[in-house]
Amino acid sequence: MSQTQSLRKRLIETPPHWTTVLALIVLLAIVAMALFAPRIANFPPTELNAMMRLKPADGTYWMGTDSFGRDLYSRVIHGARVSLLVGAGVALGAILIGLPLGLLAGWFRGLDAVLMRAMDGLMAIPGILLAIAIVALTKAGLTTVIIAIMLPEIPQVVRLVRARVLATRSETFVEAAVLLGTSPMRIIWRHLLPSTIAPLIVQGTYVYASAILTEAALSFLGVGIGTETPTWGNIMAEGRLYFALNPWLVYWPAIVLSLCILSINLLGDALRDRLDPKMKGRS
Amino acid sequence: MLSYFLRRLLMAIPVMFFVAVFVFLLLRLTPGDPAQAIAGDQASLAQLEAIRESLGLNEPLSVQFVTWIGQMLQGDFGRSLISDRPVLEMIGQRLGPTLALALLAMAMTLLFALPMGVLAAWRDGGMTDRLVMTVSVIGFSVPIFVIGYVLIGVFAVNLRWFPVQGYKALADGIGPFAHRIFLPGLALASIYIALISRMTRASMLEVLREDYVRTARAKGLPEGLVLFRHALRNAAIPILTVVGTGFAMMISGVVVTETVFNIPGLGRLVVDAVLARDYPLIQAIILLTAGTYVLINLAIDLSYALTDPRIRYQ
Repeated sequence: MSQTQSLRKRLIETPPHWTTVLALIVLLAIVAMALFAPRIANFPPTELNAMMRLKPADGTYWMGTDSFGRDLYSRVIHGARVSLLVGAGVALGAILIGLPLGLLAGWFRGLDAVLMRAMDGLMAIPGILLAIAIVALTKAGLTTVIIAIMLPEIPQVVRLVRARVLATRSETFVEAAVLLGTSPMRIIWRHLLPSTIAPLIVQGTYVYASAILTEAALSFLGVGIGTETPTWGNIMAEGRLYFALNPWLVYWPAIVLSLCILSINLLGDALRDRLDPKMKGRS
Repeated sequence: MLSYFLRRLLMAIPVMFFVAVFVFLLLRLTPGDPAQAIAGDQASLAQLEAIRESLGLNEPLSVQFVTWIGQMLQGDFGRSLISDRPVLEMIGQRLGPTLALALLAMAMTLLFALPMGVLAAWRDGGMTDRLVMTVSVIGFSVPIFVIGYVLIGVFAVNLRWFPVQGYKALADGIGPFAHRIFLPGLALASIYIALISRMTRASMLEVLREDYVRTARAKGLPEGLVLFRHALRNAAIPILTVVGTGFAMMISGVVVTETVFNIPGLGRLVVDAVLARDYPLIQAIILLTAGTYVLINLAIDLSYALTDPRIRYQ
């Protein structure tokens, strides 16, 4: 109880920096854009129009049209849906799997050696190689993409949680609990879990941002979600073929994507400064 | 010292074992039949069965795994399902461009990121610091392929300083080589610069508070000498660690950069292999990059022990 109270206090005690406020506004705008995409889009994102191929931006087509005559603005807005969904799925999944593994590794020393070597092994495989292999060898759908991006993110979460547990377990109140004969599961739940929440929230924002980037890279390489569902990555992948003709087919989705990632990263930094004052201004 | 070396070396073995297990499971548990991939759609059931038998796909998984590890330990990584050439030979041919790209990106990173990080920490909270941190946060937020396309758009399409895409080996002359590798190198370096400048700044902030830095300043050493000789050297270990773990990021960047700039390297090879479901080629590339990652990090760990006696005796 006191843990959550102090978390809340640290979050709101000082007014935020203006960049944090701006980042929050931009991110909320992008979330709103994704939620209300069908209403604010001017055209259905997959509506073809052979007469209107590769038009420059004007009053009707705010960002111009792509090589199939589809409205770029409507596609970019709909693209936000997949990106935000993938980010959320990956961040939640990585934490749900990594948290228990990290808690167990930190507490049970015998398990630790084996589990951490396995995590080292997973970290040694470049994330995007693993992800493109998983997506290409199975069927590329939303779930596959989320799993493929999530797997390489798990070791970082495990390492973070484990480090917290190792630091907390030498505290007097944990030693006292052990001496009183408290069961390991109860110690983990009552004493070790709370200390991992703040760093996990921060790590979660970075995983979220990195997942959106990886999804875009996968789509860009042609192993992501099919182009009938527009994503920022596959809009750019299609646009690159006409890059010399109209670079805005790549630039528009790139600008929205980068603003989104930038906001998440800035919010993550702000959260870290508040939740983890020792880390302020570090790395 | 020797025992430390041996211990670290032994620790790399279970890590590589798990890498092998992951790769093996990845390729065996995912749907899609390698025999079908070899034989094509026209194959009869009998033909498929014959191919499965010859590949050992009918054996239990554990037997397949042991056989597979045994072959690799003897240097036999198998042949491509598509071109029937030894996969090691195919990888060897594509190594040059990737190596050139990665080394150039690394050189650019050190050239830019270290001074950026040192200056930011030196003027902690000042304008320089904010500028460096802004550049770094932007570097993390813009995908490499976007940076690549912006570089192409500005410097190749508009200004015509560089060719749009393509690659020439160093053997074709240093001029054409450098001309084509510069932009991809810069694109790949961007995220690395963001990472290393941040880490350098953080590590330098710690070190600059130490007594020996105050002593160095008090005895009147020029500030540049204090920063780059006394402080940066002591701040080096966390920076080197990030260089090592960042290798995996570098490989991911290589895959994307080679696609953007149409460079015939390992990254293109792996994308093509995956799209063609060329199993032996995929597993060889993943295993070799993971192995390189483990070796690089091992070498970095050992270099700490060589330069810093405190680590040896832990």
